[in-house]
Amino acid sequence: MNNLKKVMGFFWMTLAPLVIYLLVRAAIQNIDSAGTKDINKPIPWIIIITIFTPIAIGLMIFGYYSLKGEYDHLPESSDDL
Amino acid sequence: MVLSDGKGIGKVIFSSSLGTLIEWYDFYIFGMLAKTISIQFFPDGNDTAALLSTLAIFAAGFLVRPFGALVFGRLGDMIGRKSTFLLTLVLMGGSTFLIGLIPGYRTIGIAAPLLVLLLRLIQGLALGGEYGGAATYVAEHSPTNRRGYYTSWIQTTATLGLFVALGVIMLVKSNMSDASFTSEWGGWRYPFWISILLVIVSIYIRLKMSESPLYTKLKKEGKASLNPLKESFGNKGNFKMVLLALFGAVMGQGVVWYTGQFYAQSFLENTVKIEFMQNREIMLWGIGLATPFFLVFGALSDRIGRKWIMLSGMLLGVLFYRPIFNTFLKDTNINEWKKMEGNSSPTIISKEILKVDSLSIDNELATISHSKIKWQSQQGMGFTETRADTILNVRATPGVTKEDSKPVFTDKKLSSLMKWKFISLVFVMILFVTMAYAPIAAFLVELFPTRIRYTSMSLPYHIGNGVFGGLVPFIATLLSAGSPTDPLVGLWYPILIAALCVVIGTFYLTNKIDKNIND
Repeated sequence: MNNLKKVMGFFWMTLAPLVIYLLVRAAIQNIDSAGTKDINKPIPWIIIITIFTPIAIGLMIFGYYSLKGEYDHLPESSDDL
Repeated sequence: MVLSDGKGIGKVIFSSSLGTLIEWYDFYIFGMLAKTISIQFFPDGNDTAALLSTLAIFAAGFLVRPFGALVFGRLGDMIGRKSTFLLTLVLMGGSTFLIGLIPGYRTIGIAAPLLVLLLRLIQGLALGGEYGGAATYVAEHSPTNRRGYYTSWIQTTATLGLFVALGVIMLVKSNMSDASFTSEWGGWRYPFWISILLVIVSIYIRLKMSESPLYTKLKKEGKASLNPLKESFGNKGNFKMVLLALFGAVMGQGVVWYTGQFYAQSFLENTVKIEFMQNREIMLWGIGLATPFFLVFGALSDRIGRKWIMLSGMLLGVLFYRPIFNTFLKDTNINEWKKMEGNSSPTIISKEILKVDSLSIDNELATISHSKIKWQSQQGMGFTETRADTILNVRATPGVTKEDSKPVFTDKKLSSLMKWKFISLVFVMILFVTMAYAPIAAFLVELFPTRIRYTSMSLPYHIGNGVFGGLVPFIATLLSAGSPTDPLVGLWYPILIAALCVVIGTFYLTNKIDKNIND
């Protein structure tokens, strides 16, 4: 199980930048001054990419911790944190 | 010290849940009255107003809510749970009341949308701080073996708040004409004003409550955190649990919650085209009947653990969203309705020619007749068909009609039997919500130590619900733009996020209940 978590850790680390890349690509494709939907406006994209960037970094860190075996044993009490 | 007697804990739950319910009520009425608010404060054709409108929707939901979790989480860990969630309640209720007092754009110009945006941001901030306080407060009063059950009462408030908001709006709307409701100082403002009464009652109740016993003990011993943000996110041991809570539980719970409770309603209204009032009726019954299951699954989580109940709710969503939404579409296929026989067969009850356009096609005169046809069956099924038929006045055969190949069907009204089938399907989706959502407060409380609990649990909760959940309609629109022919394509976002969460939760989370949260 712990080996599987390490492998998955690599996957989470890769997934995070991929998500940001897809979001930026989708923003470039959909922002359109002639469009009327929310996906055509720049503001929602700026807000979403701004908020998703730290979340994606968090996913990378989660993957890194997983790869390093930080989740092999979860803490039993708050003293272990 | 925890309260094991029913009366004491009942008061704690009531005071916490009432405030949370009011906060949800305040948050929902803005969304439900969005169209009227838009007309009054963000008129079409004004670019600045349009920009402020977008900011009011997106910034309040996504950006400010997690920020509120940090601000009020920190306060809650430094000065106490009771004072902090009293403050969030005042900010939320006060902002809502004030939105109801702002004159429209026609009276005070650009100041109107600016003020609405400002108050909306305060609402988002307050919402970010309320839930963590209420959940922590109830959990810290609860005995270990009932923690899931007692905190699940708070989970019902998100649903009950929706219920109350919808009920108040429908009550006001049904007692006046549409024009009176939507005018500048019309009935749409009443739900905003009612908020202040609810807040006053809630503040009165909350003021009489004492501080959380665990927090009081911590404060007495001088162990309260001086820098909760640093301790929560700067300490690797705690930060890795914050990440685990987000990616292994709350992210999936957020999308399941949003899909069942909001996306379903929007799908039934905008894609399936169910008639407005019947759509609300379906949602209210489905949500109302499923709400007690928050308590059932909360109590069950005290017996068998939190993990598998939450993950089962998400997995069921992953497996059944597409079949359920597909049934909504298949059962309202008008071409199939028209083929029905006997009492179910719809017949035309009225036809209205809206306008007739004349034009020339291949040197022949043609007219396009735009009409609205109302159909109804004896079983109560009905719909409105809007069509544009072309009548060719060809000399040889004048008056030949080429029927519109793509008529639009709206205002679909289901038969009683079909309506209950739809209610059952909504009920099933809300049941998934109750499974994923009911144990989450107890789960989060048990993950973090008392001294930084408010901060540590608030952030993942609001990222999961506010950002991952709140993005469901936006991403659905985005996916629909890429595959306009597939009406179910928008479901891939909640399905993938929930599936990812199920994988992470299955392998990384433990099902063990933390008996001692007094550490």
